[in-house]
Amino acid sequence: MKLTIKRYDEMVRRASPPSKLAADCAWAFCVGGGICLLGEALRKAYLAAGFVLSDASTMTSVTLIALSAVATASGWYQKLAAKAGAGTLVPITGFANAVVSPAIEAKCEGYVPGVGAKMFLIAGPVIVYGLLASTAWGALYWFLRPWL
Amino acid sequence: MRKGDTIFFDAPPAVFCQGAVGGKRESEGPLAAGFDLLFPENSLGEETWEAAESRLQQHCLELTLQKARLTPAQLDLVLGGDLENQCTATAYHMSRVDVPFAGLYGACSTMAEALGLAACLAAGGFVRVAAALTGSHFCAAERQFRTPLGYGAKRAPVAQWTATAAGCCLVAPAGPGPRVRAVTFGRVRDYGVKDAANMGAAMAPAAAETILRYCADAGRAPADFDAVYTGDLGLVGSRLLADILKEEGLALPNHRDCGLELFDLRAQQVQAGGSGAGCSAAVLCARVLPALKAGRMRRVLFLSTGALMSQITCLQGAGIPGVAHLVELTAEEEVL
Repeated sequence: MKLTIKRYDEMVRRASPPSKLAADCAWAFCVGGGICLLGEALRKAYLAAGFVLSDASTMTSVTLIALSAVATASGWYQKLAAKAGAGTLVPITGFANAVVSPAIEAKCEGYVPGVGAKMFLIAGPVIVYGLLASTAWGALYWFLRPWL
Repeated sequence: MRKGDTIFFDAPPAVFCQGAVGGKRESEGPLAAGFDLLFPENSLGEETWEAAESRLQQHCLELTLQKARLTPAQLDLVLGGDLENQCTATAYHMSRVDVPFAGLYGACSTMAEALGLAACLAAGGFVRVAAALTGSHFCAAERQFRTPLGYGAKRAPVAQWTATAAGCCLVAPAGPGPRVRAVTFGRVRDYGVKDAANMGAAMAPAAAETILRYCADAGRAPADFDAVYTGDLGLVGSRLLADILKEEGLALPNHRDCGLELFDLRAQQVQAGGSGAGCSAAVLCARVLPALKAGRMRRVLFLSTGALMSQITCLQGAGIPGVAHLVELTAEEEVL
Protein backbone atom coordinates (compact mmCIF):
# COMPACT_ATOMS: atom_id res chain seq x y z
CA MET A 1 0.00 0.00 0.00
CA LYS A 2 1.10 3.55 -0.74
CA LEU A 3 -0.48 4.85 2.46
CA THR A 4 1.81 6.77 4.81
CA ILE A 5 1.28 7.32 8.54
CA LYS A 6 0.99 11.10 8.04
CA ARG A 7 -1.56 10.78 5.26
CA TYR A 8 -3.55 8.23 7.25
CA ASP A 9 -3.62 10.51 10.27
CA GLU A 10 -5.32 13.16 8.12
CA MET A 11 -7.78 10.61 6.77
CA VAL A 12 -8.65 9.41 10.29
CA ARG A 13 -9.29 12.95 11.47
CA ARG A 14 -11.58 13.59 8.51
CA ALA A 15 -13.47 10.29 8.90
CA SER A 16 -14.03 10.44 12.67
CA PRO A 17 -17.22 12.25 13.64
CA PRO A 18 -16.71 14.93 16.31
CA SER A 19 -18.68 15.09 19.55
CA LYS A 20 -21.91 17.07 19.40
CA LEU A 21 -20.48 19.94 21.36
CA ALA A 22 -23.61 22.09 21.74
CA ALA A 23 -25.88 19.21 22.80
CA ASP A 24 -23.23 17.75 25.11
CA CYS A 25 -22.63 21.12 26.77
CA ALA A 26 -26.36 21.68 27.22
CA TRP A 27 -26.78 18.28 28.85
CA ALA A 28 -23.72 18.81 31.08
CA PHE A 29 -24.93 22.28 32.08
CA CYS A 30 -28.46 21.14 32.94
CA VAL A 31 -27.58 17.91 34.75
CA GLY A 32 -24.50 19.33 36.51
CA GLY A 33 -26.48 22.42 37.44
CA GLY A 34 -29.33 20.22 38.63
CA ILE A 35 -27.03 18.27 40.94
CA CYS A 36 -25.63 21.54 42.35
CA LEU A 37 -29.17 22.85 42.80
CA LEU A 38 -30.04 19.69 44.71
CA GLY A 39 -26.94 20.31 46.86
CA GLU A 40 -28.05 23.86 47.56
CA ALA A 41 -31.57 22.72 48.46
CA LEU A 42 -30.12 20.10 50.79
CA ARG A 43 -27.85 22.69 52.45
CA LYS A 44 -30.76 25.04 53.00
CA ALA A 45 -32.83 22.18 54.41
CA TYR A 46 -30.05 21.19 56.83
CA LEU A 47 -29.64 24.85 57.89
CA ALA A 48 -33.39 25.08 58.43
CA ALA A 49 -33.21 21.89 60.49
CA GLY A 50 -30.84 23.65 62.87
CA PHE A 51 -27.37 22.54 61.69
CA VAL A 52 -24.58 25.12 61.87
CA LEU A 53 -23.14 26.20 58.50
CA SER A 54 -20.08 23.90 58.51
CA ASP A 55 -22.16 20.88 59.60
CA ALA A 56 -24.85 21.63 57.02
CA SER A 57 -22.20 21.77 54.26
CA THR A 58 -20.67 18.48 55.39
CA MET A 59 -24.11 16.84 55.64
CA THR A 60 -24.87 18.05 52.09
CA SER A 61 -21.70 16.42 50.74
CA VAL A 62 -22.38 13.21 52.64
CA THR A 63 -25.96 13.05 51.37
CA LEU A 64 -24.92 13.63 47.75
CA ILE A 65 -22.22 10.94 48.05
CA ALA A 66 -24.74 8.48 49.52
CA LEU A 67 -27.28 9.25 46.78
CA SER A 68 -24.60 8.79 44.11
CA ALA A 69 -23.53 5.47 45.61
CA VAL A 70 -27.12 4.20 45.57
CA ALA A 71 -27.64 5.46 42.02
CA THR A 72 -24.37 3.80 40.92
CA ALA A 73 -25.29 0.50 42.53
CA SER A 74 -28.68 0.49 40.84
CA GLY A 75 -27.15 1.40 37.45
CA TRP A 76 -28.95 4.76 37.12
CA TYR A 77 -25.90 6.95 37.44
CA GLN A 78 -24.18 5.40 34.46
CA LYS A 79 -27.31 5.83 32.34
CA LEU A 80 -27.53 9.50 33.25
CA ALA A 81 -23.79 9.99 32.72
CA ALA A 82 -23.99 8.52 29.21
CA LYS A 83 -25.98 11.65 28.34
CA ALA A 84 -24.69 14.18 30.82
CA GLY A 85 -20.92 13.61 30.50
CA ALA A 86 -19.09 16.26 32.50
CA GLY A 87 -22.38 17.19 34.18
CA THR A 88 -22.22 14.02 36.26
CA LEU A 89 -18.43 13.79 36.34
CA VAL A 90 -17.52 17.13 37.90
CA PRO A 91 -19.79 17.34 41.00
CA ILE A 92 -18.94 15.34 44.13
CA THR A 93 -21.40 12.67 42.94
CA GLY A 94 -19.00 11.88 40.08
CA PHE A 95 -16.20 11.22 42.54
CA ALA A 96 -18.45 8.92 44.56
CA ASN A 97 -19.39 7.09 41.37
CA ALA A 98 -15.70 6.68 40.48
CA VAL A 99 -15.07 4.97 43.84
CA VAL A 100 -18.24 2.90 44.11
CA SER A 101 -18.33 1.51 40.55
CA PRO A 102 -14.94 -0.30 40.63
CA ALA A 103 -15.64 -1.44 44.20
CA ILE A 104 -18.88 -3.13 43.14
CA GLU A 105 -17.28 -4.68 40.12
CA ALA A 106 -14.20 -6.02 41.93
CA LYS A 107 -16.29 -7.74 44.61
CA CYS A 108 -16.00 -11.06 42.75
CA GLU A 109 -12.22 -10.87 43.14
CA GLY A 110 -12.37 -10.77 46.95
CA TYR A 111 -12.52 -8.01 49.54
CA VAL A 112 -8.76 -7.39 49.80
CA PRO A 113 -7.28 -7.79 46.27
CA GLY A 114 -10.63 -6.90 44.69
CA VAL A 115 -12.71 -4.28 46.48
CA GLY A 116 -9.90 -2.94 48.68
CA ALA A 117 -7.30 -2.58 45.94
CA LYS A 118 -9.43 -1.68 42.95
CA MET A 119 -11.76 0.78 44.70
CA PHE A 120 -9.28 3.58 43.97
CA LEU A 121 -8.49 2.54 40.41
CA ILE A 122 -10.06 5.69 38.97
CA ALA A 123 -10.22 7.94 42.02
CA GLY A 124 -6.66 7.12 43.15
CA PRO A 125 -4.92 9.61 40.84
CA VAL A 126 -7.40 12.32 41.86
CA ILE A 127 -6.56 11.73 45.52
CA VAL A 128 -2.78 11.55 44.92
CA TYR A 129 -2.54 14.66 42.78
CA GLY A 130 -5.19 16.47 44.81
CA LEU A 131 -3.11 15.96 47.96
CA LEU A 132 0.06 16.94 46.12
CA ALA A 133 -1.53 20.13 44.82
CA SER A 134 -2.91 21.04 48.24
CA THR A 135 0.50 20.42 49.84
CA ALA A 136 2.19 22.62 47.25
CA TRP A 137 -0.39 25.35 47.75
CA GLY A 138 -0.04 25.00 51.53
CA ALA A 139 3.73 25.55 51.32
CA LEU A 140 3.27 28.52 49.01
CA TYR A 141 0.63 29.97 51.31
CA TRP A 142 3.01 29.65 54.27
CA PHE A 143 5.56 31.81 52.46
CA LEU A 144 3.01 34.32 51.17
CA ARG A 145 1.09 34.67 54.41
CA PRO A 146 3.20 37.47 55.99
CA TRP A 147 2.31 39.70 53.03
CA LEU A 148 -1.38 38.84 52.80
CA MET B 1 -2.31 -24.29 -3.84
CA ARG B 2 -0.64 -21.16 -2.54
CA LYS B 3 -0.24 -17.92 -4.42
CA GLY B 4 1.18 -14.89 -2.64
CA ASP B 5 -0.45 -14.76 0.77
CA THR B 6 -3.55 -16.68 -0.31
CA ILE B 7 -4.22 -20.38 0.08
CA PHE B 8 -6.59 -21.77 -2.58
CA PHE B 9 -8.19 -25.13 -1.89
CA ASP B 10 -8.37 -27.66 -4.72
CA ALA B 11 -11.03 -29.56 -2.80
CA PRO B 12 -12.73 -26.79 -0.80
CA PRO B 13 -13.78 -27.84 2.70
CA ALA B 14 -17.42 -27.43 3.76
CA VAL B 15 -18.89 -25.42 6.60
CA PHE B 16 -21.65 -27.94 7.19
CA CYS B 17 -23.21 -26.42 10.27
CA GLN B 18 -23.10 -23.15 12.18
CA GLY B 19 -24.61 -21.67 15.32
CA ALA B 20 -24.94 -18.19 16.76
CA VAL B 21 -25.89 -17.11 20.27
CA GLY B 22 -26.35 -13.57 21.52
CA GLY B 23 -27.19 -11.43 24.51
CA LYS B 24 -29.80 -8.83 25.30
CA ARG B 25 -28.78 -6.01 22.97
CA GLU B 26 -28.25 -8.47 20.12
CA SER B 27 -31.79 -9.77 20.73
CA GLU B 28 -33.07 -6.20 20.21
CA GLY B 29 -31.05 -5.70 17.03
CA PRO B 30 -31.88 -6.20 13.35
CA LEU B 31 -30.21 -9.64 13.20
CA ALA B 32 -32.17 -11.16 16.11
CA ALA B 33 -34.13 -13.56 13.88
CA GLY B 34 -30.92 -15.10 12.55
CA PHE B 35 -29.63 -16.19 15.97
CA ASP B 36 -30.15 -19.72 17.22
CA LEU B 37 -30.30 -18.69 20.86
CA LEU B 38 -30.68 -15.30 22.55
CA PHE B 39 -30.44 -14.46 26.21
CA PRO B 40 -32.65 -11.75 27.70
CA GLU B 41 -30.10 -11.12 30.43
CA ASN B 42 -26.34 -11.00 30.00
CA SER B 43 -25.20 -12.73 33.19
CA LEU B 44 -26.57 -16.07 31.92
CA GLY B 45 -27.14 -16.94 35.57
CA GLU B 46 -23.43 -16.78 36.41
CA GLU B 47 -21.73 -14.96 39.30
CA THR B 48 -19.15 -13.18 37.15
CA TRP B 49 -19.08 -11.71 33.63
CA GLU B 50 -16.08 -13.89 32.79
CA ALA B 51 -18.02 -17.03 33.68
CA ALA B 52 -20.98 -15.69 31.68
CA GLU B 53 -18.78 -15.32 28.60
CA SER B 54 -17.51 -18.85 29.05
CA ARG B 55 -21.07 -20.12 29.37
CA LEU B 56 -22.08 -18.22 26.24
CA GLN B 57 -19.45 -20.14 24.26
CA GLN B 58 -20.54 -23.40 25.83
CA HIS B 59 -24.12 -22.83 24.69
CA CYS B 60 -22.86 -21.94 21.22
CA LEU B 61 -20.78 -25.11 20.78
CA GLU B 62 -23.43 -27.35 22.31
CA LEU B 63 -26.27 -26.08 20.16
CA THR B 64 -24.17 -26.19 16.99
CA LEU B 65 -23.30 -29.81 17.70
CA GLN B 66 -26.98 -30.52 18.38
CA LYS B 67 -27.95 -28.92 15.07
CA ALA B 68 -25.41 -31.13 13.32
CA ARG B 69 -26.52 -34.19 15.33
CA LEU B 70 -22.98 -34.76 16.54
CA THR B 71 -21.54 -35.51 19.96
CA PRO B 72 -18.43 -33.74 21.28
CA ALA B 73 -16.55 -37.03 20.87
CA GLN B 74 -16.93 -36.71 17.10
CA LEU B 75 -15.03 -33.41 17.07
CA ASP B 76 -11.35 -33.74 16.23
CA LEU B 77 -10.35 -30.21 17.22
CA VAL B 78 -11.76 -26.95 18.50
CA LEU B 79 -10.01 -23.79 17.31
CA GLY B 80 -11.21 -20.90 19.36
CA GLY B 81 -10.57 -17.76 21.30
CA ASP B 82 -12.04 -14.67 22.88
CA LEU B 83 -11.05 -11.22 24.11
CA GLU B 84 -10.28 -12.00 27.72
CA ASN B 85 -6.70 -12.02 28.97
CA GLN B 86 -5.15 -15.41 28.24
CA CYS B 87 -8.34 -16.41 26.37
CA THR B 88 -9.87 -17.70 29.59
CA ALA B 89 -13.50 -17.67 28.42
CA THR B 90 -12.71 -20.32 25.82
CA ALA B 91 -10.15 -22.20 27.90
CA TYR B 92 -12.46 -22.55 30.91
CA HIS B 93 -15.26 -23.72 28.65
CA MET B 94 -12.95 -26.22 26.98
CA SER B 95 -11.95 -27.59 30.38
CA ARG B 96 -15.49 -28.95 30.55
CA VAL B 97 -15.43 -30.46 27.04
CA ASP B 98 -13.26 -33.49 26.34
CA VAL B 99 -12.00 -32.42 22.90
CA PRO B 100 -8.53 -31.31 21.70
CA PHE B 101 -8.32 -27.54 21.80
CA ALA B 102 -6.03 -25.00 20.16
CA GLY B 103 -6.51 -21.52 21.59
CA LEU B 104 -6.17 -18.53 19.28
CA TYR B 105 -5.84 -14.86 19.96
CA GLY B 106 -6.47 -12.49 17.11
CA ALA B 107 -8.69 -10.11 19.10
CA CYS B 108 -11.76 -9.43 16.96
CA SER B 109 -10.14 -11.20 13.98
CA THR B 110 -10.30 -14.57 15.70
CA MET B 111 -13.31 -15.94 13.80
CA ALA B 112 -11.80 -15.69 10.31
CA GLU B 113 -8.48 -16.89 11.73
CA ALA B 114 -10.12 -19.95 13.32
CA LEU B 115 -12.25 -20.69 10.25
CA GLY B 116 -9.26 -20.30 7.94
CA LEU B 117 -7.10 -22.63 10.02
CA ALA B 118 -9.94 -25.15 10.37
CA ALA B 119 -10.36 -25.12 6.58
CA CYS B 120 -6.61 -25.67 6.07
CA LEU B 121 -6.60 -28.60 8.48
CA ALA B 122 -9.72 -30.10 6.92
CA ALA B 123 -8.40 -29.66 3.37
CA GLY B 124 -5.14 -31.29 4.42
CA GLY B 125 -7.04 -34.26 5.80
CA PHE B 126 -5.84 -33.69 9.35
CA VAL B 127 -9.31 -33.36 10.87
CA ARG B 128 -12.64 -35.00 10.05
CA VAL B 129 -14.61 -32.32 11.87
CA ALA B 130 -13.13 -29.15 13.35
CA ALA B 131 -15.00 -26.39 15.14
CA ALA B 132 -14.12 -22.71 14.79
CA LEU B 133 -15.52 -21.03 17.87
CA THR B 134 -15.23 -17.45 19.11
CA GLY B 135 -17.19 -15.11 21.29
CA SER B 136 -17.09 -11.93 23.30
CA HIS B 137 -19.05 -10.39 26.16
CA PHE B 138 -19.70 -6.66 26.50
CA CYS B 139 -19.41 -6.58 30.27
CA ALA B 140 -16.23 -8.69 30.49
CA ALA B 141 -14.59 -6.63 27.73
CA GLU B 142 -15.56 -3.26 29.25
CA ARG B 143 -14.17 -4.37 32.58
CA GLN B 144 -10.89 -5.48 31.04
CA PHE B 145 -10.27 -2.87 28.36
CA ARG B 146 -12.12 0.23 29.54
CA THR B 147 -13.78 1.31 32.78
CA PRO B 148 -16.02 -0.42 35.33
CA LEU B 149 -19.56 -0.90 34.05
CA GLY B 150 -21.13 1.38 36.64
CA TYR B 151 -18.66 4.20 35.98
CA GLY B 152 -20.38 7.24 34.55
CA ALA B 153 -18.52 7.92 31.34
CA LYS B 154 -19.74 9.34 28.07
CA ARG B 155 -18.84 7.22 25.06
CA ALA B 156 -17.02 8.93 22.21
CA PRO B 157 -18.86 9.06 18.85
CA VAL B 158 -16.10 6.86 17.35
CA ALA B 159 -16.41 4.20 20.10
CA GLN B 160 -17.79 0.77 19.31
CA TRP B 161 -19.95 -1.59 21.33
CA THR B 162 -18.52 -5.03 22.12
CA ALA B 163 -21.04 -7.67 21.12
CA THR B 164 -22.23 -10.19 23.68
CA ALA B 165 -22.32 -13.01 21.20
CA ALA B 166 -20.60 -16.16 20.03
CA GLY B 167 -20.47 -18.05 16.77
CA CYS B 168 -19.42 -21.57 15.91
CA CYS B 169 -18.73 -23.17 12.51
CA LEU B 170 -18.24 -26.89 11.96
CA VAL B 171 -15.81 -27.60 9.13
CA ALA B 172 -15.29 -30.91 7.32
CA PRO B 173 -13.20 -31.91 4.29
CA ALA B 174 -16.38 -32.60 2.30
CA GLY B 175 -20.14 -32.81 2.65
CA PRO B 176 -23.04 -30.39 2.30
CA GLY B 177 -22.85 -26.69 3.08
CA PRO B 178 -21.06 -23.56 1.88
CA ARG B 179 -17.47 -24.00 0.78
CA VAL B 180 -14.30 -22.28 1.95
CA ARG B 181 -12.56 -21.63 -1.38
CA ALA B 182 -9.60 -19.62 -0.21
CA VAL B 183 -7.99 -18.11 2.87
CA THR B 184 -5.69 -15.11 3.18
CA PHE B 185 -4.03 -14.70 6.55
CA GLY B 186 -3.40 -11.04 7.11
CA ARG B 187 -0.28 -9.05 7.85
CA VAL B 188 -0.16 -6.83 10.91
CA ARG B 189 -0.36 -3.13 10.12
CA ASP B 190 0.26 -0.27 12.55
CA TYR B 191 -0.47 3.19 11.20
CA GLY B 192 0.04 4.94 14.50
CA VAL B 193 -3.58 5.21 15.63
CA LYS B 194 -3.34 5.62 19.41
CA ASP B 195 -6.95 6.29 20.34
CA ALA B 196 -8.17 3.06 21.92
CA ALA B 197 -11.75 4.21 21.38
CA ASN B 198 -11.23 4.45 17.63
CA MET B 199 -10.74 0.76 16.82
CA GLY B 200 -12.20 1.02 13.33
CA ALA B 201 -9.48 3.47 12.35
CA ALA B 202 -6.79 1.22 13.80
CA MET B 203 -7.98 -1.82 11.83
CA ALA B 204 -8.95 -0.32 8.46
CA PRO B 205 -5.41 -0.35 6.94
CA ALA B 206 -5.01 -4.04 7.80
CA ALA B 207 -8.36 -4.82 6.15
CA ALA B 208 -7.36 -2.86 3.05
CA GLU B 209 -4.01 -4.66 2.92
CA THR B 210 -5.62 -8.11 3.09
CA ILE B 211 -8.28 -7.27 0.47
CA LEU B 212 -5.61 -5.89 -1.89
CA ARG B 213 -3.42 -8.94 -1.46
CA TYR B 214 -6.32 -11.34 -1.98
CA CYS B 215 -7.44 -9.50 -5.12
CA ALA B 216 -3.89 -9.57 -6.52
CA ASP B 217 -3.42 -13.25 -5.66
CA ALA B 218 -6.82 -14.38 -6.94
CA GLY B 219 -7.03 -12.03 -9.91
CA ARG B 220 -10.49 -10.94 -8.81
CA ALA B 221 -12.14 -7.71 -7.76
CA PRO B 222 -14.59 -7.08 -4.91
CA ALA B 223 -17.31 -6.55 -7.56
CA ASP B 224 -17.07 -10.28 -8.42
CA PHE B 225 -18.70 -11.06 -5.08
CA ASP B 226 -22.20 -10.58 -3.69
CA ALA B 227 -20.71 -8.93 -0.64
CA VAL B 228 -17.39 -8.17 1.02
CA TYR B 229 -17.94 -8.42 4.77
CA THR B 230 -15.51 -6.88 7.23
CA GLY B 231 -15.60 -7.79 10.91
CA ASP B 232 -16.01 -4.68 12.97
CA LEU B 233 -14.68 -1.60 11.24
CA GLY B 234 -17.83 0.27 12.23
CA LEU B 235 -18.77 3.63 10.79
CA VAL B 236 -15.31 5.21 10.93
CA GLY B 237 -13.31 2.18 9.79
CA SER B 238 -15.70 1.52 6.89
CA ARG B 239 -15.26 5.09 5.63
CA LEU B 240 -11.50 4.74 5.95
CA LEU B 241 -11.43 1.37 4.18
CA ALA B 242 -13.31 2.88 1.23
CA ASP B 243 -10.91 5.87 1.21
CA ILE B 244 -7.77 3.70 1.31
CA LEU B 245 -8.97 1.34 -1.42
CA LYS B 246 -10.04 4.29 -3.56
CA GLU B 247 -6.51 5.68 -3.34
CA GLU B 248 -5.20 2.25 -4.32
CA GLY B 249 -7.57 2.22 -7.29
CA LEU B 250 -9.85 -0.57 -6.08
CA ALA B 251 -13.61 -0.04 -6.03
CA LEU B 252 -15.52 -1.61 -3.14
CA PRO B 253 -19.16 -1.33 -4.18
CA ASN B 254 -20.59 -4.13 -2.08
CA HIS B 255 -18.93 -3.62 1.27
CA ARG B 256 -20.82 -4.57 4.41
CA ASP B 257 -19.58 -4.44 7.95
CA CYS B 258 -20.66 -6.90 10.63
CA GLY B 259 -20.43 -4.13 13.25
CA LEU B 260 -22.94 -2.07 11.29
CA GLU B 261 -25.30 -5.02 10.65
CA LEU B 262 -25.49 -6.44 14.17
CA PHE B 263 -27.00 -3.33 15.73
CA ASP B 264 -29.27 -0.48 14.73
CA LEU B 265 -26.77 2.32 15.32
CA ARG B 266 -29.22 5.12 16.07
CA ALA B 267 -31.94 3.26 17.91
CA GLN B 268 -29.57 1.15 20.01
CA GLN B 269 -27.07 3.94 20.72
CA VAL B 270 -23.95 1.94 19.94
CA GLN B 271 -22.05 4.96 18.55
CA ALA B 272 -19.90 3.79 15.60
CA GLY B 273 -21.22 0.20 15.59
CA GLY B 274 -20.61 -3.21 17.10
CA SER B 275 -17.25 -4.86 17.70
CA GLY B 276 -15.68 -7.78 19.50
CA ALA B 277 -14.67 -11.29 18.57
CA GLY B 278 -18.32 -12.31 18.81
CA CYS B 279 -19.48 -9.61 16.40
CA SER B 280 -18.09 -11.03 13.16
CA ALA B 281 -18.62 -14.59 14.45
CA ALA B 282 -22.31 -13.96 15.10
CA VAL B 283 -22.93 -12.15 11.81
CA LEU B 284 -21.11 -14.93 9.92
CA CYS B 285 -23.23 -17.60 11.59
CA ALA B 286 -26.52 -15.70 11.81
CA ARG B 287 -26.52 -14.01 8.41
CA VAL B 288 -23.73 -14.87 5.96
CA LEU B 289 -23.65 -18.67 6.14
CA PRO B 290 -27.48 -19.05 6.24
CA ALA B 291 -27.69 -16.74 3.18
CA LEU B 292 -25.13 -18.88 1.33
CA LYS B 293 -27.05 -22.00 2.28
CA ALA B 294 -30.38 -20.58 1.17
CA GLY B 295 -28.95 -19.21 -2.08
CA ARG B 296 -29.62 -15.54 -1.21
CA MET B 297 -25.89 -15.02 -1.71
CA ARG B 298 -23.53 -17.09 -3.85
CA ARG B 299 -20.06 -15.69 -3.26
CA VAL B 300 -18.80 -13.74 -0.30
CA LEU B 301 -15.49 -12.46 0.98
CA PHE B 302 -15.53 -12.56 4.76
CA LEU B 303 -12.92 -10.71 6.79
CA SER B 304 -12.54 -10.45 10.53
CA THR B 305 -10.54 -7.49 11.73
CA GLY B 306 -8.63 -7.35 14.99
CA ALA B 307 -6.93 -4.62 17.02
CA LEU B 308 -3.97 -6.25 18.74
CA MET B 309 -3.27 -3.88 21.60
CA SER B 310 -3.52 -4.36 25.35
CA GLN B 311 -4.42 -1.91 28.09
CA ILE B 312 -0.73 -1.71 28.99
CA THR B 313 0.55 -0.89 25.48
CA CYS B 314 -2.18 1.74 25.17
CA LEU B 315 -1.12 3.40 28.43
CA GLN B 316 2.48 3.33 27.23
CA GLY B 317 1.44 5.34 24.21
CA ALA B 318 2.13 2.69 21.57
CA GLY B 319 0.11 2.62 18.34
CA ILE B 320 -2.60 0.00 17.85
CA PRO B 321 -1.57 -2.75 15.40
CA GLY B 322 -4.39 -4.19 13.34
CA VAL B 323 -4.78 -7.46 11.48
CA ALA B 324 -7.42 -8.82 9.11
CA HIS B 325 -7.87 -12.39 7.94
CA LEU B 326 -9.94 -13.20 4.86
CA VAL B 327 -12.01 -16.27 4.00
CA GLU B 328 -13.60 -16.71 0.59
CA LEU B 329 -16.95 -18.44 0.95
CA THR B 330 -19.25 -19.71 -1.77
CA ALA B 331 -22.51 -21.60 -1.96
CA GLU B 332 -22.07 -25.38 -2.10
CA GLU B 333 -22.72 -25.91 -5.81
CA GLU B 334 -21.21 -22.62 -7.02
CA VAL B 335 -18.90 -23.21 -9.99
CA LEU B 336 -16.14 -20.66 -10.36
